[in-house]
Amino acid sequence: MSTATSAVNGNVSSATARAAATAAAAAEATGPQPVTMAKALNTAMADAMHADKSVLVFGEDVGMLGGVFRITDGLTKTFGEQRCFDTPLAESGIVGMAVGMAMNGMRPVIEMQFDAFAYPAFQQIVSHVAKMHNRTKGALKLPMVIRVPYAGGIGGVEHHCDSSESYYAHTAGLKVYAPATVADAYRMLREAIDSDDPVMFMEPKKLYWSKDMVDLEALRDQHAANAKSGTSTEGRAAVARPGTDATLIAYGPSVPTALAAAAAAAEEGRSLEVIDVRSIVPFDDETVCASVRKTGRAVVIAEAHGFASVSSEIVARVQERCFHYLAAPIRRVTGFDVPYPAPKLEHYYLPGVDRILDAVDDLQWED
Amino acid sequence: MTISADHAAPGQTAQGRQSPDPIEEPRTEGPVAEAVRKFGITAEDYMLPARHQIQMVDQDGNLKPHSEQGAEPGHEYPVPGDEELLAAYEQLVVGRRVNDQNSALVRQGRMAVYPSSHGQEACQVAAALCLSEGDWLFPTYRDSVAVMTRGVDPVQTMTLFRGDWHSGYDPAKHKVGIQCTPLTTQLLHAVGVAHAAKLRGEDTVVLAMCGDGATSEGDFHEALNFAAVFHLPVVFFVQNNQYAISVPLAHQSVAPSLAHKAVGYGMAGERVDGNDVVALLAVLDRAVKLAREGSGPLLVEAHTYRMQAHTNADDATRYRQDSEVAQWVARDPLTRMRTYLTDKGLLDGDGESRIAEKAEAVATQLRNGLNEDVPVDPQDLFRYVFSTPTPQLKEQSALLADELARDASAGASTNPESAK
Repeated sequence: MSTATSAVNGNVSSATARAAATAAAAAEATGPQPVTMAKALNTAMADAMHADKSVLVFGEDVGMLGGVFRITDGLTKTFGEQRCFDTPLAESGIVGMAVGMAMNGMRPVIEMQFDAFAYPAFQQIVSHVAKMHNRTKGALKLPMVIRVPYAGGIGGVEHHCDSSESYYAHTAGLKVYAPATVADAYRMLREAIDSDDPVMFMEPKKLYWSKDMVDLEALRDQHAANAKSGTSTEGRAAVARPGTDATLIAYGPSVPTALAAAAAAAEEGRSLEVIDVRSIVPFDDETVCASVRKTGRAVVIAEAHGFASVSSEIVARVQERCFHYLAAPIRRVTGFDVPYPAPKLEHYYLPGVDRILDAVDDLQWED
Repeated sequence: MTISADHAAPGQTAQGRQSPDPIEEPRTEGPVAEAVRKFGITAEDYMLPARHQIQMVDQDGNLKPHSEQGAEPGHEYPVPGDEELLAAYEQLVVGRRVNDQNSALVRQGRMAVYPSSHGQEACQVAAALCLSEGDWLFPTYRDSVAVMTRGVDPVQTMTLFRGDWHSGYDPAKHKVGIQCTPLTTQLLHAVGVAHAAKLRGEDTVVLAMCGDGATSEGDFHEALNFAAVFHLPVVFFVQNNQYAISVPLAHQSVAPSLAHKAVGYGMAGERVDGNDVVALLAVLDRAVKLAREGSGPLLVEAHTYRMQAHTNADDATRYRQDSEVAQWVARDPLTRMRTYLTDKGLLDGDGESRIAEKAEAVATQLRNGLNEDVPVDPQDLFRYVFSTPTPQLKEQSALLADELARDASAGASTNPESAK
């Protein structure tokens, strides 16, 4: 069973708990600071570029502007136009060129600007990014990261708020990460850049400006230490909040909502455990199922449409593995099966605390 | 209007210098501006293909007078050396033998499919021979002969077409991309390989192949534009074989020629007789040289003809007349080259026999290799999806292993042969 800690630390094993303790000790020296997820992502890219000159950043508006969300702010200034640059406005071109660069010794980190803007690149992602390693019998690795600012909750207009993770998770050969905390944004982006496999890096844009108390210096040291010792939390879920009565399973933008629901439930005397999936592919069955076997009840929460989605997959996996531990059918709280709504309607669509608590109430407590 | 060549990104021009009025002032930087200085012609004359396709040896095997080869100022092509032409002829003969052998192997059920380049061998051979050792080639599914001419083992080249699950050869080792089925997606990989090489200061040139139908794809546009914007040493080589499966070129494009499309990207285009290996080598050698010198990218369109159906699964008689095919028989790239080299005294009966033996040896190699049953390992399904299989793939791999073990033991208990 994972060591339960706060969402900020998100530890997943005793080994990383020790690493985090070391990091915490280092943190005291310089002191944790309020850091946004945007800053953590930016720092992760800068640190990776410092560490490895084959790391390149490119996409639309990522150069002088620093990206429409400013996630690449300052990278061109620091590393020059050869290592962080704007491309023509063509997503298939960005991904396809990154494939060629990765084939030829580079580690591209590319930005898709918005979730729904990535669709022109779908052919490249599905037919080449995901398959190159397999179809060349391992001869060609594609160490590339496709950053996708994704999901809603920001009052965005149409085509700017899609939860597109299920398309990628359904494609064999892609890793799919979705961080929910500031520290994880740093940790997971560094791991994604280090990965020899392509990673779809889903950044919950509504969390870009959320702040946690984080010591980036300590995270940097921890990453270096992990790289040296070969330890990593890659592919592992985290217990974001410990509990005993039921498990809320969430990822990306839904994690803070799940945590808020758990806090509200605690006031009503119900102890909910929150699992932050972190890595959709590979999926951490072990951590998720350990929690559900302990609590016997589960609700899966995701912003994406529920039908044929990551949330459906999680329900299926947990049901297959934990059936005899379940006191009630697993419930889901997801976006409705409608196109992502306009700003005036999105609060009806998004999974919220009340809808989650209603689902928890339905978990057959009277039996 | 003067077409500008220097598409510096906004970030590159935003600082400091006063940009000239893009409408009134011709750009003074970039590959086209440099070429204009080098050749003393206008940007338009550099980028536009010559008025006629470049043809050096006519369909009867006669070297055309220089004035009739299509050359113009800025579009001058010296005839390649004898040694290069002999090597090319040898590869033409081998390529034709490979095409016909593979088609036979498909009919015999030894291969799943073979998109033949019969009739297009001159393009195939020239695309490979114009490159140096450190250069990259990005082929399509119809470019097996180019892949082999580049030095990849013939049987390995046929791996995918025999129905196996992987590319057969190591693309990085041979600097040959995996033969690409999704049209023009590989052109962007070519752009990326060239870009990475350029950033490291290497003088790599990348030749990227596609067909006439493929020029309608979005990735064709994106690849040419990216290559031009980043000033990359890529030669885009379009084999216009007149048909995209059944659809003739007229339904793909109404551009004056496919080579004219170069102008829209600020690069130079050229048309060449795709059944004249002399002209092809001259044009591609120069394109590769210009790309290496920093005048890239370039677009070369070769006019050729797909003599056979799209694949063995296609019936070409449904969409084209035999009389049309017959016209192209007369333009065959092999016969005209044989005549030319023989007339020039470079090829005699002994030479022909030696080359035919070499072609036969490759055909034998293909027959032997493809007649051999290669055992498949079902666990290969899981090994290469990721660098390290995920826990889920390990579970699925164990499930399949268990199924196979049970099948084997059931087979052992019921089959008296295997019980012995």
